[in-house]
Amino acid sequence: MIGHFSYIVTVFLMVAGLYILIACSNLIKKLVGLSIFQTSVYLLYIVPGKLVGGTAPIISPQYTVYSNPLPHVLILTAIVVGVATLALGLALAVRIREAYGSIEEDEILARDHAVIATEAANEEPL
Amino acid sequence: MSLAQHLPALQVVLPLISAPLAVLLRRGGLAFAMVTAAAWAAFAIAIALWLQVDSSGSISYHIGNWEPPWGIEYRIDRLNSFMLVLVSGMAAVVLPYSRASIEREIPRESHYLFYAMMGLCMTGLLGITITGDAFNLFVFLEISSLSTYVLIALGRDRRALTASYQYLIMGSIGATFIVIAIGFLYLMTGTLNLADMATKLSTIKGTRPVLVALAFFTVGVSLKAAIFPLHQWLPNAYTYAPSAVTAFIGATATKVSLYALIRFYFTIFGDSLVFEQLPLPEIMLMLSLFALFVANFIAIFQSNLKRLFAYSSIGQIGYITLGLSFDSVHGLAASIMHLFNHGIAKGAIFLLTGGIVATLTTRQGIPTAPTFERLAGLSKQMPLTCFGIVIGGLSLIGVPGTAGFISKWYLILAAIEKDQWWLAGAIVISSLLALAYVWRFVEVAYFRSPPVGQNAHGEASISLLIPAWLLIAGTIWFGFDTSFTVGSALNAAQQLMSNSR
Amino acid sequence: MKNDLVLRVIGKLLIPFILLFALYVQFHGDFGPGGGFQAGVIIAAGIIFYALIHGVATTRRIVPDCLVETMLASGVLIYAGVGLAGLLFGGNYLDYFVLDPNPVLGQHRGIFWVEVGVATTVSGVMLKIYYMFASRSGSED
Repeated sequence: MIGHFSYIVTVFLMVAGLYILIACSNLIKKLVGLSIFQTSVYLLYIVPGKLVGGTAPIISPQYTVYSNPLPHVLILTAIVVGVATLALGLALAVRIREAYGSIEEDEILARDHAVIATEAANEEPL
Repeated sequence: MSLAQHLPALQVVLPLISAPLAVLLRRGGLAFAMVTAAAWAAFAIAIALWLQVDSSGSISYHIGNWEPPWGIEYRIDRLNSFMLVLVSGMAAVVLPYSRASIEREIPRESHYLFYAMMGLCMTGLLGITITGDAFNLFVFLEISSLSTYVLIALGRDRRALTASYQYLIMGSIGATFIVIAIGFLYLMTGTLNLADMATKLSTIKGTRPVLVALAFFTVGVSLKAAIFPLHQWLPNAYTYAPSAVTAFIGATATKVSLYALIRFYFTIFGDSLVFEQLPLPEIMLMLSLFALFVANFIAIFQSNLKRLFAYSSIGQIGYITLGLSFDSVHGLAASIMHLFNHGIAKGAIFLLTGGIVATLTTRQGIPTAPTFERLAGLSKQMPLTCFGIVIGGLSLIGVPGTAGFISKWYLILAAIEKDQWWLAGAIVISSLLALAYVWRFVEVAYFRSPPVGQNAHGEASISLLIPAWLLIAGTIWFGFDTSFTVGSALNAAQQLMSNSR
Repeated sequence: MKNDLVLRVIGKLLIPFILLFALYVQFHGDFGPGGGFQAGVIIAAGIIFYALIHGVATTRRIVPDCLVETMLASGVLIYAGVGLAGLLFGGNYLDYFVLDPNPVLGQHRGIFWVEVGVATTVSGVMLKIYYMFASRSGSED
């Protein structure tokens, strides 16, 4: 159980993030969920790369056990991607707020349906 | 030093460099010239690579001169050389078109950003196709996805924003699923190089982490490729994006995701795991049939032409996954062929629809949606556009003499090979649904009188028509001369099936 | 917050050191923890700190939008340029070994310029994101 502690945390974050993504209708909260979801993946990569007692992978006669550096590099890239996604998502949320006056998904949908209904009403005479 | 040996790197790097240059130049015209030049160069390189692979086999290029299992390798075999031609070819056709098309659809001051994003999107899609490294594939996937979200959000209708947001959420979930899958594969094999991964996986095939990776990868890519029933983001994204964007991503983005699916299934997991030990072929077959009938059926009842063809895309993706589910050389070849044939036909249709939007939009501001009320009697005013859409539609139906017929022919062949006569029947019947929605356009555009009080307008401008008709000509050409498409697809399928364990 | 004496003095004291620390992280990246990404973020943080005290408008005069856009584009070009330099010296793309007669020095030189490019782009992108959001909130109130 203790040995798998980090995996339990990973899975919890993964599921919690995914749940927020699906359950919340607020656009900002959805992005929060997305971030948590992505963070769980960082853990998934980083944790197995760390060896207990291992040191930074710079070859030196004093050490024999090194941690794997590759997952860190990969996750640095994934973090950058996550930041970019979050920034773009927030920017879209701001623009949606300006265009619709709301960041609640159901209200936005209701407004779109209202527009479609009026469009249909206007075009009926044709 | 000869430039020829560095073509694999330049294939991706030239579009990549064009994007920041477009930002630096800031002027719409210069940025356009820059990115278009890069797209044409990429197309030329793709053709050169295809010829090279065709004559002397796979190419392996070591980025940074690090040997493959450690460094990033670009690996080009028959399958991705064919895909590179499709992606760069579409970019080379769509970019010249976009200059006139975005004039009314995107504010002038952000034109240079549009071109920069097109450059990045192209980079990402070409990168996914060319790379032989699992994590590199994810990075390129995100480059192309992020730029696609931006491109969709550039649409003038405010619903473009929500469509883009929805796509961002779905796409990011999909991409994260793919990283999880790659993470599991990396944990099990200790390598990221696809070829190396495949060798090491053969001894631990069927262990639980590998199955988990397979599941995550399948769901993730299905989201990105809009495989039914994970297609929810697609109709809105295609409908509200600027026309040039719809044409480009409609023809390439989902296709490249499907390429990634084929690559992972056949090169890495191996078809004995995917198709023999798991019930995946049955699931895929069922979902494909649902896609064929449900999506095509929904398409018939759309009132917006762009949305109609968006649903039709979901249906057409169904044919591609159907071909995969056969797990035979002919089925796989039909899928690969259909990637290409559907790409150019749908690209042409979206380009022509964009021409209609540009012509109907009379003033700066919200572009007029191509709803069927507005299309009534259009054939008298825009005969070339309408005729083009009809030919593209015939290819979607699969009428002999168009490219769509060829891929459907091989699909039916593969079905008969497996003694699944009823499937051959299902393919033909679903094509009738395609006939129904294309006929709907024909009926409105050719047999109804134009609405009263509508301003008379002429044909779409010549700069919009030429790229679209190039693709239409391609649709007809590849319907008769099948040596390129069928040859490449069969070779690629044979290579994949023989290397797959 | 322009008139808050404490913030202004602290800001004046700290910002040079923040930028200096960014340079330390940047150049230390070859030997230890650090590198272009972190340095770029720290540079951007220093400037954003300034913007929080003196306002976005003042900051935009000192670090104008066109400079920020140039930064974020030129960083990528520096990166890609290092790769192309590898081609010119007869190696593969992004081949650092050939950048110097001594391959180890070549690796060093290559990664140095790549990190410069990364830092430029990252600080540019961070500032751009900050400017975009900050200017939006102003127009809505």
